[in-house]
Amino acid sequence: MPGLAIRDIQKSFGEVIAVRGVSFEVTQGETVALLGPSGCGKSTILAIIAGLEKPDQGEVLWDSADLASTPVNQRGFGLMFQDFALFPHMNVADNVAFGLRMAGLPRHQVGERVAEVLELVGLPGFEPRDVNTLSGGEQQRVALARSMAPHPRLLMLDEPLGSLDRALRDRLVEELRLILRRTKQTAIYVTHDQEEAFALADRVVVMNAGRVEQSGAGQAIYQQPASVFVARFLGLTNLLPGEVSRRDGRAVVQTAIGQVPAETSLDGPVTLLLHPDAVRLGTQGSCRLEGSVVERSFRGGVYRTTVEVSGVKLSFDFQSNQSLPEEGQPIQLAFDPAEAVRIYPAE
Amino acid sequence: MKFISHRSRSALLWLPAALFLALFYFYPLGSILQASFARGQGGLLAPLSEAFGSPAIRGVVWFTTWQATLSTLLTLAFGLPGAYLLARYRFPGKSLLQALSTIPFVLPTLVVAAAFNALLGPRGWVNLGLMELFDLAQPPVRFTYSLTAILLAHVFYNTAIVLRLVGDFWSHLDPRLGQAAQVLGASRGRTLRQITLPLIMPAIASAALLVFIFNFTSFGVILVLGGPRFATLEVEIYYQTVGLFNLPLAATLAMLQLGCTLCLTVVYTYLLRRVSRPLSLRPGAITQKRLVSWRERLFAAIYIAILLGLLVTPLVALAARSFTRLEAERGQLSQVERGFTLDFYKELGFNRRESLFYVSPATAIAVSLGYASATVLLALLLGLPASWALARHAASPLSRAFDPLLMLPLGTSAVTLGLGFILALSRPPLDLRASPLLIPLAHTLVAFPFVVRSLAPALRSIRPRLGQAAAVMGAAPLQVARYIDLPLVGRAILVAAIFAFTISLGEFGATALIARPEYPTIPLVIYRFLSQPGALNYGQALALSTILMFITALGMLAIERFRIADVGEF
Repeated sequence: MPGLAIRDIQKSFGEVIAVRGVSFEVTQGETVALLGPSGCGKSTILAIIAGLEKPDQGEVLWDSADLASTPVNQRGFGLMFQDFALFPHMNVADNVAFGLRMAGLPRHQVGERVAEVLELVGLPGFEPRDVNTLSGGEQQRVALARSMAPHPRLLMLDEPLGSLDRALRDRLVEELRLILRRTKQTAIYVTHDQEEAFALADRVVVMNAGRVEQSGAGQAIYQQPASVFVARFLGLTNLLPGEVSRRDGRAVVQTAIGQVPAETSLDGPVTLLLHPDAVRLGTQGSCRLEGSVVERSFRGGVYRTTVEVSGVKLSFDFQSNQSLPEEGQPIQLAFDPAEAVRIYPAE
Repeated sequence: MKFISHRSRSALLWLPAALFLALFYFYPLGSILQASFARGQGGLLAPLSEAFGSPAIRGVVWFTTWQATLSTLLTLAFGLPGAYLLARYRFPGKSLLQALSTIPFVLPTLVVAAAFNALLGPRGWVNLGLMELFDLAQPPVRFTYSLTAILLAHVFYNTAIVLRLVGDFWSHLDPRLGQAAQVLGASRGRTLRQITLPLIMPAIASAALLVFIFNFTSFGVILVLGGPRFATLEVEIYYQTVGLFNLPLAATLAMLQLGCTLCLTVVYTYLLRRVSRPLSLRPGAITQKRLVSWRERLFAAIYIAILLGLLVTPLVALAARSFTRLEAERGQLSQVERGFTLDFYKELGFNRRESLFYVSPATAIAVSLGYASATVLLALLLGLPASWALARHAASPLSRAFDPLLMLPLGTSAVTLGLGFILALSRPPLDLRASPLLIPLAHTLVAFPFVVRSLAPALRSIRPRLGQAAAVMGAAPLQVARYIDLPLVGRAILVAAIFAFTISLGEFGATALIARPEYPTIPLVIYRFLSQPGALNYGQALALSTILMFITALGMLAIERFRIADVGEF
């Protein structure tokens, strides 16, 4: 199904290049998360799609039609800003009704639709409230209601939960997911929080320094990060320098923790990722590691454990119901390289 | 060890200012009131209805109101696009432009009047140039003594207020509000009407009110550029006092004017409070962008060109004209060597007329400097304790009561203050007619709000934290005073002093009423020269105006330079 496509978008602000050739698509009914650290260009891309900024190069297409000459107010998109940008001189109802009035909807329909979306976001009866007196979570819902009210072809959410505290965020992510699913809303969700991205999106586009690093389903990205940057951004820190050599046509990576067989076409110096989720306690696996527990801290469901192997510190999360050696005690670990190891060009 | 309670300390701090205001503000105002009611037994409204009985006075009131309205509308029309430009865009030279645009606001009215005269007056550049070019006998452009002159000078004066108040507020308005509206389908026009304008309306309204109050009480501009055909209430009070000695009528008109400005001031204060409604304000760095499209650039270029043209041309014309001989002195042959001359400046030292009441301009400069120094001293002596009380005892009931009282002289026109002095201080029990302090006292009254308003924030900024921080790092109490408190207060005192000094040098309205002829100030001498015929008189008026302009501009640059951060509470 067609929907939004952006092709080779580039944008710079003076000397600073914000976006360097970004392309991706969002098909109708799909939620795509743009995930990346602050300053990676993701908000600029939203501004360009919305028409608030003009790209230096590249095009924004909707159903294969170029939007370059369509002004912001005629694109039929919704945009929810990071700090909501609620109109402080209007009450909740007028804020939510704004887009409907701009579209020229008859008065009685405006009232109905406002009540309907307020119901949808869990704020029934909030119409006459002053937006300045709402709590952060309520403001967030009003902003969502306002951007969804006119049935936008595409809803863009720019770090919509960024300014809220952790507990509220977890709850709202869940609600937001249900709302987006239920309304089959086509959406782009911008965030720097991988958990939000994975929880909400059908597909995740990871960005870094104005470029797309990887895109795909959340699980695929997490299990097989395409670059050292993506691995590190997702919190996978067991990255080791290594050297690829070949014996009988099979590649072996020589690292500080020993030799690891690998499937790779690379040669010479590389960076090796040891995925913590595929490393088990015990001896079941074709590769084994012997080290000692340097540190372990209880994190609820898991122990975050630092293990030192041949002078290299590695980090793992082990289920807290397993029997885990005390700090200072030796520990045995095992893994299968096909599952646990990824090889990248050396940094 | 507390010898004096908190409350009585705050009372002690307020005492000098309270005494001063009682004697030199409220007592004179009371005298005006008394004089106004003294002449009839017809009740409270009798003086007013009597004054309104005269068609001439009705005309004055009507003219005062509509010229102020028209001037305000013109100022808004010219200032708002500029406020938008300064609020939403970054461009090279912007801070210089902002600094330049505030200079007219602080220039003495007489300098502004002289500057427009030097540009467009009968002896100004434009007229002399046209006469030369087309060999005309009479100056073709009739600018002085016209409504155009008044309106132009008022726009020149007050544009800075619109640029500052509206521009500042607008620059902190989150641009995402407008963007949100556009994404929701609002066109640029509707976004402006439904989002931006309602949000900045309090700032626009308060700027408009302030401009209106200034135009409503306009004096120097009307007197010099308007000529005998035009009189505002302020000018009429002056004529009634100085020319016709009809003090009761002058007093009634002063009461009428004061009532109007006080009402407007109350509205202004209310609106200013409305400005601080819950808006998430953004630092300007986030809200401003560069000029990118050709349309933006063209708009900026045209606006800046017109603004500079309006602001700079008259001032340059004034300075240049004061160094240029263009016409023959009376009695000389019409052949005259044209070109650069220092004659107008040299002449300032001579008393050509050798008349008893005539004093040389050089004497006037000395008199002005003396008055200004006395004003600085008085204003600081009164202002420091009051500001200290405002900063440190802000919560005390006394401070809360006095805070608005301090601003009252600001809402009272200069001529009214002068009239009050004449009525109250020229007879026992307080006869100061012969006192050299009379004028510094009046100037202190005018400068006092500015002094307090620049001192109080600086004193407040000396938080106990800073001293504690210094003490923790090993500073002894004396060192805290030496390295922390004094540098902070010192700069604030300097700024306040310069404010008082420049205000005193340029003050015209009150001075025009109470100055003794043998001790005129610079603005008075400029006025005399401007109203007398002859190229030499004209040249000297411009030379004096140029000197005054430079002193004022230097003072304002110094204030910008020494001001701590961007504080100021207007």
